[in-house]
Amino acid sequence: MRHLLSTQDLSVDEATELLDEAERFEQALTGREVRKLPTLRGRTVMTVFYENSTRTRVSFEVAGKWMSADVINVSASSSSVGKGESLRDTVKTLHAAGADALIVRHPASGAAHQIASWTDDGGAGPAVINAGDGTHEHPTQALLDALTLRQRLGSLDGRRIGIVGDVLHSRVARSNAHLLATLGAEVVLIAPQTLLPVGVSEWPVTVSHSLDAELPTIDAVMLLRVQAERMNGGFFPSAREYSVRYGLNDRRLALLDDNAVILHPGPMLRGMEIGYSVADSPRATVLEQVRNGVHVRMAVLFRLLVGTDSPGTL
Amino acid sequence: MSTPTTGSVLIADVRPYGDGDPVDVLVVDGRIAEIGTDLTAPDGADHIDGGGAVLLPGFVDLHTHLREPGREDTETIRSGSMAAALGGYTAVFAMANTDPVADNSTITDNVWRTGRDIGLVDVHPVGAVTVGLAGKQLAEMGMMNAGVAGVRMFSDDGKCVDDPLLMRRALEYAKSLDVLIAQHAEEPRLTVGAIAHEGPNAARLGLTGWPRAAEESIVIRDALLARDAGTRVHICHASTEGTVELLRWARGQGIAISAEVTPHHLLLDDSRLATYDPVNKVNPPLRETRDKEALRRALADGVIDCVATDHAPHAAQEKACEFAQARPGMLGLQTALPIVVDTMVNPGLLDWRGVARVMSERPAQIVGLPDQGRPIEVGEPGTLTLVDPNRSWIVRGDDLASLSRNTPYEEMTMPATVTATVLRGVITARDGEVTR
Amino acid sequence: MSADGAPPTEGSRPGGRVLLDDSDVSRTIARVAHEVIEKTALDAPGGPRVVIIGIPTRGTYLASRLAARINEFAGTDVPVGYLDITLYRDDLRAKPHRPLERTVVPAGGVDNAVVILVDDVLYSGRTVRAALDALRDLGRPAAVQLAVLVDRGHRELPLRADYVGKNIPTSRDENVSVHLEEHDGIDEVVLSAAVSRAEPQPGGED
Repeated sequence: MRHLLSTQDLSVDEATELLDEAERFEQALTGREVRKLPTLRGRTVMTVFYENSTRTRVSFEVAGKWMSADVINVSASSSSVGKGESLRDTVKTLHAAGADALIVRHPASGAAHQIASWTDDGGAGPAVINAGDGTHEHPTQALLDALTLRQRLGSLDGRRIGIVGDVLHSRVARSNAHLLATLGAEVVLIAPQTLLPVGVSEWPVTVSHSLDAELPTIDAVMLLRVQAERMNGGFFPSAREYSVRYGLNDRRLALLDDNAVILHPGPMLRGMEIGYSVADSPRATVLEQVRNGVHVRMAVLFRLLVGTDSPGTL
Repeated sequence: MSTPTTGSVLIADVRPYGDGDPVDVLVVDGRIAEIGTDLTAPDGADHIDGGGAVLLPGFVDLHTHLREPGREDTETIRSGSMAAALGGYTAVFAMANTDPVADNSTITDNVWRTGRDIGLVDVHPVGAVTVGLAGKQLAEMGMMNAGVAGVRMFSDDGKCVDDPLLMRRALEYAKSLDVLIAQHAEEPRLTVGAIAHEGPNAARLGLTGWPRAAEESIVIRDALLARDAGTRVHICHASTEGTVELLRWARGQGIAISAEVTPHHLLLDDSRLATYDPVNKVNPPLRETRDKEALRRALADGVIDCVATDHAPHAAQEKACEFAQARPGMLGLQTALPIVVDTMVNPGLLDWRGVARVMSERPAQIVGLPDQGRPIEVGEPGTLTLVDPNRSWIVRGDDLASLSRNTPYEEMTMPATVTATVLRGVITARDGEVTR
Repeated sequence: MSADGAPPTEGSRPGGRVLLDDSDVSRTIARVAHEVIEKTALDAPGGPRVVIIGIPTRGTYLASRLAARINEFAGTDVPVGYLDITLYRDDLRAKPHRPLERTVVPAGGVDNAVVILVDDVLYSGRTVRAALDALRDLGRPAAVQLAVLVDRGHRELPLRADYVGKNIPTSRDENVSVHLEEHDGIDEVVLSAAVSRAEPQPGGED
């Protein structure tokens, strides 16, 4: 594995190994006096975020620092980005400045793929980690969601996972749908047709338009954020109607199996896609997801940055 | 610069339309004087040894972006003319979306004169349908038609004339001028932010989709408007299976509608987008296998009239960027013929007479060019293209004549080669070099 | 089957010579258990708190067996932990990625305890160095000792073992493999004339 650009590139073995290793990192850090591993000493990891995201950036930064990497946050607003420099020139500069890994968030779908190709440098370029590209993918979010689900449910094999809401514009939904299916789960996308991409029929998922019908059958429900700009984009008549049809309120919570898990990639809009008290339910996994996020990102950095001096190592 | 418009050349050992035994074709003063064997050239005539090449009427491209005036860093009328001659073209129609827009006779006459002075290919400016391509007010089509360029084709290409009332007026007005309106069929409300064909690949790649219906709804609307106006409408770069069906229906109704297809829509599909390389970004977008197949069949059976390149040069920085930000368009002039050979001739969908039809005769007829796309007969113009159907070559953007490099066919092997181009008896390109 | 098709001679088997068989391994662990009891006086009143930490993969099984024998002989429960040292290796850049193994901090931690690190083979000493680094991040033991089943020599660092099951002189070209019931289905130590190796390989000490 040279980059992490999409969960669609991960085999079941690769995905399982990343989750296993995330748990090993959790163990390695448990009960310790010094929460720092020397593993990535002398390695330079740069986060390059063209969109704001406190939680993802902090999670990667903590993961890198706990492994002794030098983590540099390139702020897209304060760097030469503001001067109109092209993305290609910016990332080539960061490569030349010594980045061993580039962790990239960008509003354009495919930006991470393009950066990997622009900085490839005959295979000597940095590892590129997609931390969210447009409406395409957000692989580490899916990995941490899968880890959280695996911990709560024991295994993902044969489990039925509902992903609710704006699948069309959600990179989290894309990454999760493919990863969870790879790991053996049955994924059902639950949304009005307007929020599902044309062509979704070729994904390894089933599709439903009724949350009430699906809730009793699923082991976990993942609620996607409804972005404000969609509410005015004609994708559904009103926030009220969306909340009534697709919000996970107290009544719907009762439809779920007692052991079912509720995930939300955050930030949440309480009262919209998730009921105010539902978000605080013990079935919700918000803080576990955050903790797992650091361990998953350690596993990814480890996987991509270790052994990279050997040419031809995958 | 001298501007000879006629010439004499002996084209030896060629097979007109790929049929029969090789013959010699003698062009004198721009017209075919004799077809036979063992012909001798008069003094001062050029000589081409065809080596058994297929001889076709010179190609006519209804859809070329030459970028002059305004973006001479990406293409000029000269560099575009060179690419055209090397690709076997003897006439190209230069689209109006220049800067300033070709919406008045000052621009169109200037483009025409510049092309004539270069003399490699007949450069026919396309006039804008609306002022500034803004879709609000009709451009002065009559003035452009009456100018030295004699503009006979109008298009807002790059943008759709989406206002149905304005399109109706444009068609009616065009009828009174006996000129052609060519529509870039794209309902803009259905393609807000769209950068890729709406389908499984775009869904997977997270690219905002450009639905087939955005093209098809305009195609059928304009067919109905053309029917009621009693005039012809030409559909630029047809790209979907549905458009083919609508064209077939409209033809069945006796509606005067014609259509072109680009080489890239015949050859490529949206599976190419997986790398996010913006060289594959084009408008209308690359579509699916079934569209590609429907377009090939339609070109074979005449529902789609002709091939047009939509040659669209772009600067490196307009492609070396995020897919969403990249300009749509690809080079096409030098690769059109071999792609037609690859997608139509080699699979048996077209013979060489068919190639002559879709590359030369039909486009000339659609736009009413009297001296292009003519039969290879004595007395007809010596405006001809030689094709070696078996000489393959590898595409390298750096080697193409265009000032830009945005070819999606980089490193691809093309199965056939244009070996010479002759415009009214003057050799404009031979063995990969322009001659003027 | 041996490469030349000849029947195996005594003490040899396909792929190498058996240096310790299952009863040898069992006896050796028992002896080391006695030595640990004697050296640490862990069963004496006021004796030190001893914890055993195995280095994966096979060191973890040896650690569990050693603790069981100590319990058997001295009646003392010795906490056992596992310490994966992959993250502390000094060859991470150069070698291919290896999956991580389990790390379990022993009950009660390592602070002020006598920690006995357990590995199967002592070779260059680099694994032990990594284990010492890793141990330092877990806490501050009173003392650290090292127990190995086999010491095959060729140290590259100034380290020695406190408890050695068997000293086996080897050449660098040879390969020492420890097999354990829990992992390999059989208890034995095998010496083979392995592929030529200029230097200890990762996994050579497993």
